Amino acid sequence: MLDVMPDIDRLEKLCSQVRRDIVRMVHAVSSGHPGGSLGCTDFLVTLYGEIMKHDPQNFSMDGIGEDVFFLSNGHISPVWYSVLSHEGYFDRSELATFRKLDSRLQGHPATEEGLPGVRMASGSLGQGLSVAVGAALTKRLNGDDRLVYSLHGDGELQEGQIWEAAMSAPHHKVDNLIATIDYNGRQIDGDVEDVMSLGNLRAKFDAFGWHTMEMDGNKVEAVYNTLTEARSHTGKGKPIVILMRTEMGQGVDFMMGTHKWHGVAPNNEQLENALSQLEETLGDY
Amino acid sequence: MTTYTATEQKDTRSGFGAGLLELGRQNTDVVGLCADLTGSLKMNAFADEFPERFFQVGVAEANMIGLAAGMTIGGKIPFTGTFANFSTGRVYDQIRQSVAYSEKNVKICASHAGLTLGEDGATHQILEDLGLMKMLPNMTVINPCDFNQTKAATLAIANHHGPVYLRFGRPKVPNFTPADQKFEIGKALHLVEGTDVSIFATGHLVWKALKASEILAEKGIRAEVINIHTIKPLDTEAVIASVSKTKCVVTAEEHQRNGGLGDSIAQVLGRHFPAPIEMVAVDDQFGESGTPDQLLAKYGLDTPDVVQAAERAIGRK
Repeated sequence: MLDVMPDIDRLEKLCSQVRRDIVRMVHAVSSGHPGGSLGCTDFLVTLYGEIMKHDPQNFSMDGIGEDVFFLSNGHISPVWYSVLSHEGYFDRSELATFRKLDSRLQGHPATEEGLPGVRMASGSLGQGLSVAVGAALTKRLNGDDRLVYSLHGDGELQEGQIWEAAMSAPHHKVDNLIATIDYNGRQIDGDVEDVMSLGNLRAKFDAFGWHTMEMDGNKVEAVYNTLTEARSHTGKGKPIVILMRTEMGQGVDFMMGTHKWHGVAPNNEQLENALSQLEETLGDY
Repeated sequence: MTTYTATEQKDTRSGFGAGLLELGRQNTDVVGLCADLTGSLKMNAFADEFPERFFQVGVAEANMIGLAAGMTIGGKIPFTGTFANFSTGRVYDQIRQSVAYSEKNVKICASHAGLTLGEDGATHQILEDLGLMKMLPNMTVINPCDFNQTKAATLAIANHHGPVYLRFGRPKVPNFTPADQKFEIGKALHLVEGTDVSIFATGHLVWKALKASEILAEKGIRAEVINIHTIKPLDTEAVIASVSKTKCVVTAEEHQRNGGLGDSIAQVLGRHFPAPIEMVAVDDQFGESGTPDQLLAKYGLDTPDVVQAAERAIGRK
C-alpha cells in the first residue's frame, strides 16, 4: 500500500454520485433502505477505492490473494451495489434492475444469481461476522496475507450470534480481520438506545479481546486515515473493530436526524429534493 | 432370499470419525469444526492428527455454521460436528442463508439423531431434522445405516461440491454393509429382492427392515428391502421400479412421519405410481428418556412394527 494521500476530491465526487444512485434505485422500486446506505457511502467508497486490493474484472468466489469484504447488514445493498458497479464489477446500467424480477441485484445481497462482488448472502442479520472470521481463518490456513473486511449495523449487534463470533475471533487469534460497525444509533423502530441499548460498545469489544478503534464515518479523509491505521494493527494477534460514527441518511437533509428513512423510499417530490442536494458528478446510470 | 448378518456392533458416529480421519489424510482442504462435543462426535482422532485444521468453537453452534460458511471462501471443505438437534433446528436460519442459499461447500455432520440417543430425552432427540434439511434448496440429505456406510458416506461427501447434511447416531448397531463399499450419493441400494411389498428404510431402521423381511419370508411374504441412504436427492427411479413390481410400500425411519422419508416416497407415488403406503415413523410426538431399544419399541419403530406395516400395506393392494 502506498503512503500517499488519495485524491480526496475524487472520492467525494464519487460519494455524491453513489448517493444519487442510492436514492434513484430505491425510488424506482418504491422500496429498499436508503438511510443506512447513505450513511455508509463514504466508508464503502473509500474502502473499495483506496484501501482494498481487489480484482473487479476477474471476480473469484475464493478471493485468493485479494482482500475480501462481507456486508453483514445486507439491507444497505443499494450503496454496495452502486460502489461495486463504479469499481467495475458489473455495468452501471444494471443498477436499474435493483429489486426487479430476474435481476442479479436482489433486495438483499445473494450469490445465487452470480452477481460479481458478492460472496455470501446477507439480510438475516447477525451472520456476517461469523462468516468474516471463517474467511479470515481460511486466509491464514492458505498463507494468504490479504485481509478480510466486514460491515455491520449497530442494531445488528443485538443478535446473539454476533457475540458468539466476537468471542471466537480473539480465541483463535484472528488478526487479519477489520470489522466495522455502522454506529449510527438508529434502527427500524427508533433509536438504538431506546430499542435495545448497546451500553458501552467500546468496552464490550475491548473486553472480548478486540483492538477497538473509532472513526467519523462520514468524512472520507478520516475513513481513509483510520482504515490505514487499522491495517497497521493487523498481524498482531487481535482482530480489529472500528466503531464508525455515521449519520443515517447522510447527504439528504430530510433523511438525516431520524430513523424514519431506514427502509422507506422517497416519492417523486422527495426524490427531486434529494437529487437537488447531491451533485451529479459522474453521470447517472 | 438374501440374508444379512452382522459380525460386530458399532456406532455410526464412529464411522464418521473414521471417515473424517481418513479424509484429513487424503485432502488438506478438509477442516473440522466442533461445538464442544469432540468426543461424542468421534472427532478426536482428526483433531489430534490435524490440530491446525481443527477448530473448537465452544457451545456456539450458530457461529460454527457461519465460520464454516466463511471458511469455504478460499477453498476449504468444512465438516461441522454437533448433535443433530443443534446441527439443524438451533441453527436453521444460519444454514438457510449462509450455507444453502449461499451455495457453500459445508458438510453439516450430525450425531445423536432420533430416539436412539436414549436417556437424554426429548430435548436432544430430534425427529424433525430430515424434514428441516430436505426442505432447503441446494441441500443434500444423507442418513446412512451402519458404521461402514457412514464412513463411506463421509468420504463421499467431501467429493461432492455443495451443502450436505449427514445424519448419524449414538448407539452401537449391527455393522453389516461392506467395509469397501463405494458410496454413491442419491443411489438407492437394493438389499433384498422381493415381489410382494417394497420396504424403503433409512438409517438405523434399515437393519430393522432386514430383520422384518426375514420374518415376512417365514410367513411366505417376499419383501423387497431398499436402503435409502440419500433422502435428497431421492432415487425416484429406484422407488418407481420397485413399486411397479410390488404394488405397495412401507417406509421406515427414525423421524417424524411429517416431513420424513415417508413423505418423500409418498410424493413420488402420488405423482408417478399411486399405491398403498404405510409409514413406520414417529406419529407427531416428542420422545422421552429410555434405552434405545425401549424407545424404538414404545414409539413403534421396531422390527415387529415393520412386519405389521408390510402386512397392512399388502392388505390394501
